[in-house]
Amino acid sequence: MSYIPHTDAERQQMLATIGVTTIEDLFEAVPASHRFPALDLPAPLSEMDVAAELQALAEANEHAGDFAIFRGAGAYHHFIPSAVNHILLRGEFYTAYTPYQPEVSQGTLQAIFEYQSMISVLTGMEAANASHYDGATSLAEAVTVALEATRRKRNKIILSPAINPQYRAVVRTYHQGQNLKFVGDDGSADIADLVALLDDNTAMLAVAYPNFFGQIDDLKGLAEKVHAAGALLVMVVNPIALALFKSPGELGADIAVGEGQPLGIPMSFGGPYLGFFGVKTDYVRRIAGRIVGETVDQDGRRAYVMTLRPREQDIRREKATSNICTNQGLMALSACVYLSLMGRCGLKTVAELSYHKAHYAAQQINSVPGFQVDMSKPFFHEFVVKCPKPVQAINDALIERGIIGGYDLGQDYPHLKDHTLIAVTELNRKDEIGALVDALKEVVS
Amino acid sequence: MTEPLIYDISVPGRCGVSLPDVDVPETALPADLLRENLDLPEVSELQVIRHFVNLSHLNYSIDQGFYPLGSCTMKYNPKLNEDMARLPGMAQLHPLHDDEGAQGALALMYDLQTWLAEIAGFKAVSLAPAAGAQGEFAGILMIRKYHLDRGDTKRTKILIPNSAHGTNPATVTMAGFTAVELPSDENGDVDLEALKAACDDTVAGMMITVPNTLGLFESHIIDVIDTIHGCGGLMYMDGANMNALMGVVKPGELGFDVMHYNLHKTFSTPHGGGGPGSGPVGVNEKLEPYLPGPIVVKLEEGTDDEAPLYGRRMPEKSIGRLKAFQGNFGMHVRAYTYIRSNGDQGIRDITRHAVLNANYIRVKLQDAYHIPYNRYCGHEFVLEGRFEDVPDVHALDISKRLMDYGIHPPTNYFPLIVHEALMIEPTETEDKQTLDEFIDAMKKIAAEAHDNPDLLKTAPHTTPVSRLDEVRAAKQLVLCCRPVEVGV
Repeated sequence: MSYIPHTDAERQQMLATIGVTTIEDLFEAVPASHRFPALDLPAPLSEMDVAAELQALAEANEHAGDFAIFRGAGAYHHFIPSAVNHILLRGEFYTAYTPYQPEVSQGTLQAIFEYQSMISVLTGMEAANASHYDGATSLAEAVTVALEATRRKRNKIILSPAINPQYRAVVRTYHQGQNLKFVGDDGSADIADLVALLDDNTAMLAVAYPNFFGQIDDLKGLAEKVHAAGALLVMVVNPIALALFKSPGELGADIAVGEGQPLGIPMSFGGPYLGFFGVKTDYVRRIAGRIVGETVDQDGRRAYVMTLRPREQDIRREKATSNICTNQGLMALSACVYLSLMGRCGLKTVAELSYHKAHYAAQQINSVPGFQVDMSKPFFHEFVVKCPKPVQAINDALIERGIIGGYDLGQDYPHLKDHTLIAVTELNRKDEIGALVDALKEVVS
Repeated sequence: MTEPLIYDISVPGRCGVSLPDVDVPETALPADLLRENLDLPEVSELQVIRHFVNLSHLNYSIDQGFYPLGSCTMKYNPKLNEDMARLPGMAQLHPLHDDEGAQGALALMYDLQTWLAEIAGFKAVSLAPAAGAQGEFAGILMIRKYHLDRGDTKRTKILIPNSAHGTNPATVTMAGFTAVELPSDENGDVDLEALKAACDDTVAGMMITVPNTLGLFESHIIDVIDTIHGCGGLMYMDGANMNALMGVVKPGELGFDVMHYNLHKTFSTPHGGGGPGSGPVGVNEKLEPYLPGPIVVKLEEGTDDEAPLYGRRMPEKSIGRLKAFQGNFGMHVRAYTYIRSNGDQGIRDITRHAVLNANYIRVKLQDAYHIPYNRYCGHEFVLEGRFEDVPDVHALDISKRLMDYGIHPPTNYFPLIVHEALMIEPTETEDKQTLDEFIDAMKKIAAEAHDNPDLLKTAPHTTPVSRLDEVRAAKQLVLCCRPVEVGV
């Protein structure tokens, strides 16, 4: 299956126009010693044969379409209304490029503007950008903003150990050439322990909300302490949880970042996702990535355009603070359509359903002998369970019963060996939770 | 033609979704932690559909017409790819699922790694980078770590030709190096004398785009590579223009140490209005241990009865994770589907026809427009969007006027080394009739520039909005349509 439309006759006409006899003649500048190598690739397939092969590969995966799933840890199985995918499949959206030519890109630009508005509302921040690659890279970019906002005079970054371990790894990857000190996340520090690390060399302090263990920390008063030290407070947030809980803006955060995957984006084995990024106005000129602003056209009509462009790599080149030149355009559109459909009432319902089902599941699991749920703090839709056996052994038994179990926390946190992280969303029916509880009983008996 | 904002049509109490009742006993919410207000729009499903369909009509896209946007490779995005990425076994697979239960996905990623490595002549590939810019960043971090591991701490500079994409210098800074710009010679190639003068033991490497951003294959690429290797540096190739090279030359065989691929350019994954992309990196033996992870490895060979066993691993001295999980898998599925459809012959034909199309347009337009560096080009070429006898007409005006002909403008004002640059990349999926229509439109616009320049200066005339007040957008910053009050 090839997508090249040329006929032999057309090829010959075109070659004659150019004044060569074969297409190969056009490559004379390529060193002859290396020109036209063999390509060891499989032979072409027809459309139906490719589809059959991909179907077979897809069926070799254990997925949430076939299994009851209780795994989250940064990617969540939420309900996605059909309308979201129908909009995403509009070729006018998905086969367009970055909206550099605003006269023919108002659809993309206005959708991004609406997305920015909804992210601002959700996070309680005054501005949001058009998105980053994912939640982890949003946090890495927040570090850059904090360093710039403190004029590159501070090089200490305090990270809560209860931020997704992969996010913390990404932050370190991004900043390995910058001579920074990352502290706070090597043990089980709580918020008070992190505050104790603040000093006049600290550029920012980052916490997760809910944290990686699903818990909602009471963050009242934290912003004042961070600001008193001259640092920025960055919150890594779950957007569905924000339908219920106080926003980062209310809590005084300077930057709110997070993973937008729960907003209508399939889990898709880890990507593409959506890194949302909200800030206070004070910092908006320091953030990386695209930003869409409102303006008018020559005839006075309201219109949208990418703005604050001089911050970006193609103009600022080596002086840019980030090399990002895309956003997650289509994923931002997903979130925008999802949030429009859900609206004020629907998103809150999704959050409440997740909350109530998670708490029900936690109580049921806690009543199974040998299992102990950590109820020490309020939690949203994810919770930690101490298990009587290695988590892998339990998950192996669960998969036999059609259930994808929780995330093995011992992989990242040595002190949480034999602890699993269970996620419950609106998609987990009561009977699925019952099946999980019954299976856990069998596993230990 | 404009569309109201979604908030403008919101009515309190409306909802666009139906959700079930709670089927479990409820648990009290922690009252002191709750928010009071959630100012999201309240609209019906039909209103949402109409709103976004109306917005889609304000866009221009490949599915509607010709999109010769240089350096972006706006080729057809096959519909099959979209369906394959949405198969439940792909779309509903959790990223932290155990390797044993994700063998289909891992097999796909392993094959894609292998094919990409073969196409560009590299030893190994990581699919982890989320976009081309992340691939570049990964490449430069690998070069950094390679030198540091050898105790070579003096290397602080990366050389970049002045024709480079802006991402290259930004990437270098982000990775903690200093970018040093190299001039081009009169043929549009790297100035070899300037290169030799810049090379010493403080050079960590060089980033170069092949073919370069003029669409030209560097005449003495082997000399450039040898010179950098001669001073102990490594060669990074920006693979944005791979559509000009497949089956023609393998960068790894030329001596490049590392390169990123743009799956959203060369391998037909859609641009999505600005993302998501996917920017895998390929490397030779020297850099293999430093690849970003996780990568997919074959743990056990297959037999007649059993498939091979695949697993995820972090390479031994990896620069680390670039994003959570394992790259933009949905894009991997699309690129896999594309390579599998095209096969060995199709992949070769893609480049040959992309280059044929570009040269055809170049020759047809060389009388109407000035084309600096006018020789056989790769998949794209650059012409000057100006006329000496009509100095008021700029490349931007030609671009805007093209919209009135129903064609997306080429890339404007890049590369920076050409005055009033218009960079034209047709891609291989465009037929001769479409190219002829474009050539015709460009010639008409050249005539209009002389006969009626105002027609260009005030263009576009047929688009949903006219030219925008971009200064106002930056000065009176409006980034959100709702009032948001922040706390302390």
